[in-house]
Amino acid sequence: MTGQLLLNGVAAFLTLCIFSFLYKDNPFYKFAERLVAGIATGYWTMLLFHTNFVPVVWNRLAHEERYEYIIPTLLGLMMWTRFSKKWSWVSRYSIAFYIGISSGITITLALYASLFRQLEATIKQPIDFSAAGISTLLVIIGVLSALVYFFFSAAHKGTLGVVSRLGIYIIMIGFGAGFGLTVMGRVALLVQRIIFLKDYVNSLGRLFGG
Amino acid sequence: MTFLEKMMQIDRRWIYLAIGLAVIIPAIFSFTAPVSVTPEVKKIYDFVEGLGPNDYLFLAMDYDPSSMAELNPMAEAVLKHAFTKDRKVIIVTLAQFGPGMVEEITTRLANEFSRVRGEDYAFLGYRPYPAITIMLMGTDFRVPFPQDYYGATLDSLPIMRGIKNFNNVKGVIDLTAGNTADFWITYGNGRYNFPLAIGITGVMAADYYQYLQSGQIFGIIPGVKGAAEYERLIDMPGQGMQQVSYQVVAHAVIILFIVISNVAYFATRKQKSTTGGAR
Repeated sequence: MTGQLLLNGVAAFLTLCIFSFLYKDNPFYKFAERLVAGIATGYWTMLLFHTNFVPVVWNRLAHEERYEYIIPTLLGLMMWTRFSKKWSWVSRYSIAFYIGISSGITITLALYASLFRQLEATIKQPIDFSAAGISTLLVIIGVLSALVYFFFSAAHKGTLGVVSRLGIYIIMIGFGAGFGLTVMGRVALLVQRIIFLKDYVNSLGRLFGG
Repeated sequence: MTFLEKMMQIDRRWIYLAIGLAVIIPAIFSFTAPVSVTPEVKKIYDFVEGLGPNDYLFLAMDYDPSSMAELNPMAEAVLKHAFTKDRKVIIVTLAQFGPGMVEEITTRLANEFSRVRGEDYAFLGYRPYPAITIMLMGTDFRVPFPQDYYGATLDSLPIMRGIKNFNNVKGVIDLTAGNTADFWITYGNGRYNFPLAIGITGVMAADYYQYLQSGQIFGIIPGVKGAAEYERLIDMPGQGMQQVSYQVVAHAVIILFIVISNVAYFATRKQKSTTGGAR
């Protein structure tokens, strides 16, 4: 109980250190910021070693005798040659291997998920006087007018100008929705820390107040 | 200098102070704000509710402590729902600083609802490179995760017997604070076509509703409001509903500032144009 209280005390102190930046930059903020960076680097390094290198590389080669894992291990080791001016060219083979595979997989899937499925969803619903039909009409108007706004091969005058103007309003509505949700997200971060500080003060009160 | 001109030049630290006070007030005078449920959250609730006793839920908790304020409430709500309904849950994290936090949440809730690790739920741990990990899991969970987070081989866990890949789970819920949602949509749903829902931070929400409309995801829990909705659906008020009352006051103050600043902007602009000042 007291140990947890001490840990929470450290967390409360660091929270206040970070909040102090709202007034102006200061040594307390710098201390907390660098502490986070240092701990994060150490944590991730050890995490990768124990939960990835040991079970995925070491155990498979040394204990399971699955020697096909030598190939990715060698490709991984070749990446370390980037630290040498003389041998850094070796790492290009690993990078080429990675880029080749990534491109092959990503291009088809990204086109399918981000373009074709989105296009399909834009046009598949029939336009009628039902709520869904009117919604589809609005989606089509929104997509086309926003696309026209980014069409720079012709001057935005006349009909093109009107549609482009509508497009910027549609984009602004999108930004507005995004801003509102961003406010909610940022306030949530503050609220969570305020609730933590409140609980900490209450637990201190219980400890010293009996 | 008029009041409106002063408002146009207000030091931003006064605004920070006002927001800070707005958040502290509900901490002193607590009240409950009403929460209405939206269809995109209800669909996720219905999905978990509709799972059978032998159905598996795959939960990806792809976030770290920097976004726990928004995502912990929804993670706890979904896990509480699954645990109270006696559903089996496979959990992973694809966020580099997530494992310790995920382990703490799952262990705490498992103890609270008397769920046994390895039998009722499994936490497989963390792997880097989300796209590759998702595709490998589509082949066999054992390829990227030969052992779970605690070092036990997956074959030794009763919950993982007969469970090979995404074909053996009813659906995936991804709780994420970054572009991992894109990876799940593109490389998960796009390639393996499993039902996918996402819980995301408020900042991201506006960018992902298009995938709901296209049917690539069947539900969204957007930020702390979505978490509060889920808590209301399962009738277990938690951090989400607690935060909503704070949000109401903070949003009211922010709206007030936006209105004042816009009125001040237009009034001072009009004043400057009539007196011949710079526009």
